[in-house]
Amino acid sequence: MKIMTCPVNGPRPVSEFFYWGEIRPMPDPDTCSDDEWADYVFNRNGAPGVKKEWWCHSTSNTWFIVERDTEKDMVLRTYLYGEAA
Amino acid sequence: MPWRLLRFGLSKKHPEPRMFSDHPQLKSSYDVVIIGGGGHGLAAAYYLARDHGITNVAVLEKGYIGGGNTGRNTSIIRSNYLTPEGVKFYDESVHLWQDLSEEFDLNLFYANRGHFTLAHTDSAMRTMRWRAEVNKHYGIDSEVVGPDFVKRAAPMIDLSCGGHAPILGALFHAPGSVARHDAVAWGYGRGADMRGAEIHQQTEVLGIDVQGGKVRGVQTSRGYIATNKVLCAVAGFTPRILKMVGIPSPIYIHPLQAMVSEPLKPWLDPILVSGSLHVYISQSARGELVMGASLDPYEVQSTRSTLDFVEGLSSHLLDMFPFLSNVKVMRQWAGMADMTPDFAPIMGKTPVEGFYLDGGWGTWGFKATPVCGKTMAHTVATDTPHSLITGFSLDRFRNFSLTGEKGAASVGH
Repeated sequence: MKIMTCPVNGPRPVSEFFYWGEIRPMPDPDTCSDDEWADYVFNRNGAPGVKKEWWCHSTSNTWFIVERDTEKDMVLRTYLYGEAA
Repeated sequence: MPWRLLRFGLSKKHPEPRMFSDHPQLKSSYDVVIIGGGGHGLAAAYYLARDHGITNVAVLEKGYIGGGNTGRNTSIIRSNYLTPEGVKFYDESVHLWQDLSEEFDLNLFYANRGHFTLAHTDSAMRTMRWRAEVNKHYGIDSEVVGPDFVKRAAPMIDLSCGGHAPILGALFHAPGSVARHDAVAWGYGRGADMRGAEIHQQTEVLGIDVQGGKVRGVQTSRGYIATNKVLCAVAGFTPRILKMVGIPSPIYIHPLQAMVSEPLKPWLDPILVSGSLHVYISQSARGELVMGASLDPYEVQSTRSTLDFVEGLSSHLLDMFPFLSNVKVMRQWAGMADMTPDFAPIMGKTPVEGFYLDGGWGTWGFKATPVCGKTMAHTVATDTPHSLITGFSLDRFRNFSLTGEKGAASVGH
């Protein structure tokens, strides 16, 4: 069983967590162009690398940030939003 | 019927030649370079030579032929999709499949088994009726059947699925089939090779030379090749290649895992799929049960497999077939599925002139191998998208005009 560390509840089995994708800045829908908006809605960075992702510990509903190498599937760091970047 | 086996058996020598010729050197230029020596890439090389007379073609494969998703899928072939674009496209593919063994003179073990998509809820029954009507409208053999029909086709099934997910009915697709997947790559590869295309294994693409918005060449691990046309058919590696040419895309990669059991006497003729239980299962010609489930729940760009998968799939499988409790799992593996937001592929031309894409094949690419080769060969040769693939263009994600195939593409979404 793979273990992930929740910043609040400590190490837990990865099956207690769900993944919500890479953190991406949203353009202002009132000022951006249609192409910029479509790019935000659909396009993703599908290439491997170290990415910052949203994850949630579902049993405690804790949302936090995971830095993960998506090719090796190795978690490098987990922390709450707003904590040390 | 292929007579090659009989000839081989009666011969005093063993006259089996190599499947492909060896090319120690890359040429300095080709008319078309195909990245990816899986079924799709080799089929495109085959149809480029056979239908369009373009034979100065190199197929570049980083590993070995058919070692990617072509050899990692669960080899199911069907056309009972949901959208008109999908149904017409996959139907053409099924027709091509039926003649392939004869055409290659190579036994693909194409076995017509019949395909059931089980419904355990009212909403699933509604989707099955919807799919059946779309399918019938386009002349596909597809109908909704009751639990008794399922029981007759698969007598060992527990119709109550352990009591918590009773089978209410199923979508039955009589043309559903399985085939020997690696043989497909070998058949297309040999056919392309015989017609003059070159297959280069152990040749990795490191970069693509784009000047003024046009493809000029490809940098490989064995040197530079000049070319004006590149076809990208690399499944789970698609985002890495698109990064080289600077084309943004909605493709994201999740592993899809599968496993097989030890061989058993034949007891399961049809192919069974359950979206609610996240299971699909068929019995191969060797007697092994070939089983798969839904995608892994998060992005990973590698082919690692997990124990969680085996545990989850086994538990759901035992709901359907309790008598399998003593059967052993022999091996498991994973492929990288290049997923799209609407569960339809991305095919055709791209913003870079001379760069053609055959990607976004997620969990549904094997069955489309012949028709992808044929339509992409047409697209590359004439620089015009084939009429069967216009619904799959990359532009649809700029125009908000998606081809929603989620209800029919795979299980558990």
